[in-house]
Amino acid sequence: MDDSYLDRLLSLFSEYDVPAAFWVNIQLTFYAAILSLVLGTVLAMMRISPVPSLRWAGSTYVTLLRNTPLTIIILFCVLALWGQLGIVLSTDFQRNFFLLAVLGLTVYHAAFVCEALRSGVNTVPVGQAEAARAIGLSFWPAARLIILPQAFRGAVAPLGNVLIALTKNSTVAAAGSVATEASSVMKTMIEFRPDVVVGIFFIFAMGFVVIVVPIGLATTALSRRLAVAR
Amino acid sequence: MSDLVLFDAPGPRARRRMVWVNVAATLAVVGIGAWALVLLGQKGQLAADKWQVFLTANPWTNFFIPGLISTLKAAAVAIVTSAVFGVVFGLGRLARSRAVRTVSGVVVEFFRAVPVLLMMIFFWLWISRLGVVSPNDVPFIGVVLGLTFYNGSVFAELVRSGVHGLPRGQREAALAIGLRRSQSLRLVEVPQALIAMLPAIASQLVVILKDTALGYIITYPELLQAARQFGAGQGNILQSLLVAAVIFIVINYALTKVAERLAGRVGRRTAGRAAKAEAPTLVVDTGR
Repeated sequence: MDDSYLDRLLSLFSEYDVPAAFWVNIQLTFYAAILSLVLGTVLAMMRISPVPSLRWAGSTYVTLLRNTPLTIIILFCVLALWGQLGIVLSTDFQRNFFLLAVLGLTVYHAAFVCEALRSGVNTVPVGQAEAARAIGLSFWPAARLIILPQAFRGAVAPLGNVLIALTKNSTVAAAGSVATEASSVMKTMIEFRPDVVVGIFFIFAMGFVVIVVPIGLATTALSRRLAVAR
Repeated sequence: MSDLVLFDAPGPRARRRMVWVNVAATLAVVGIGAWALVLLGQKGQLAADKWQVFLTANPWTNFFIPGLISTLKAAAVAIVTSAVFGVVFGLGRLARSRAVRTVSGVVVEFFRAVPVLLMMIFFWLWISRLGVVSPNDVPFIGVVLGLTFYNGSVFAELVRSGVHGLPRGQREAALAIGLRRSQSLRLVEVPQALIAMLPAIASQLVVILKDTALGYIITYPELLQAARQFGAGQGNILQSLLVAAVIFIVINYALTKVAERLAGRVGRRTAGRAAKAEAPTLVVDTGR
C-alpha cells in the first residue's frame, strides 16, 4: 500500500455513508428529546404538585432512573421488553430496534429533564408564587400561568445540557442493536481498515463536536435572551 | 424557591380533594404495577425458578460479585486518572501563558463534546492493534481511558469554575504574603475550589460509575456483562438485568447521600460559593 494516509482515509470514507450514520443519531436524539421533554414536564409537575402521592411517585421515578446506567436501560428494552415480553413497537425489524432505543433514551433522559425544570422552578422568586396566590389563583392556574412559563425560561441552559448529553448518549443505542448509528459504523470501519484507526476516530469525533458545540452556544445565547430580568 | 410555597397550607376542602387525588394517583400507580405484573405473569416471567436462583450462591460467587469487582476497579482507576487529568488541564486553563490556556481549552472542550462510547471503542481497537499490552487487559484500558478523557475534562472545568468562584481577596492575600502566582493557585486557590466543588465532583463520581456499564459494549467483563451472561445461561435475562440495575441504583444512591452529607460538613472550609448539593447531573454546568 503506497497510498498516502490521507488517500487511504478518503477512499474509506467514500465506501461508507458516514453522514447517514450521524443522521440516525440525530433522529434518535430528535424523537427522544421531544418525548422526554413531555414526560419530564409531567414528572416535574408531579414533583411540585400539592398531592403527596404524586410528589412521591415523581421523585421515586427520578431517583431510580437517574441512578441506573443507560446501557442497562437500553439493553433491558431490547432483551427484556422485546426478547422476553414480546413488546413490538414496529413490524419492521430494524425500525423496532430504533424505537426501542428511543424508548430507552426517553425514560432515562426524562428524569434529567425533570431535574432541569425543577432547577428552573428554583429560579422563580417566592414572591411570584405568593402574588399568584394572593390574586386567588389555585395551584394549577398558578403553575400554568405564572410559574411554569418563567421556569421554562430559567431552565433553558440546564435543558440544553440535557440535550447535549442526549445527543452524545444516542450512541449507546449500539447496545440495543441499532447497528446503523455512528459509533457502530465507526467500529465497523476501524475493523475493516485498522491502519487508519486514528483518522477514523478523529473524523467521527469532529462530527460530534460539530453537532454538540452549536447546541451549547445556541442554548447559552437563548438562555441569556430569555432570562427573566429581575 | 422551595417547592412547597407554590400552594397554601390546604384547608378542609382542599384536603378532601387531595384525599381523592391521592387515591386516584395511588390507583394509577398500582394499576400500572398490576398491569406490568399481569404481563410478566402471562409470559411466565414470574415463575419462581427464575427468581429463586438469586437466593443461591452460584449467581453471586460466579457472576455478579466478580462483575461488580471489575466495575468498581474500572471506576476507581478512572476516578484517580480523571482527577489527575482534571487538575493538570484545570491549571492549564488558568495558566498565565495564552498558548497553554488555549491548548488546554481546546483539549477540554473537545473531549467534553465526544461521546464516551466513541472514545472507548477507539481506544479499545487502537490499543489492541498497537499490541503493547496483553489482549486480556485491552478492554479494561479502553474503559478507563474513555472515562478519563471525558470525566477529566469535566473535572478540569470544575477546577476552573471553582477558582473563578473564589473571592479575589484570596489570591491578593496570597500574593501579598509573597507567594508566586503558581504557588497561590496550588496552595490557596485550588484546594478551596475543590472543596467548593465537592458536591459536583461527587455527582461526577456517580456518572463515572454508571458509565463503566458502557464497557459492556467493548467486551469488558463488568457487572452488566456478568448479568447478561448469567441471564442467558439460566433463561432469566429480565430478572438478571433487574438485579444488576438494583445493584447500581443502591450504590449510586448511597454515593449521592454520602456526598450530600460531606458537602454539608466541609462547606464552611472554603471562601468559594459552595455548589449546591445536587445528585448526578448529566453535564456539569461550566459556571459561566
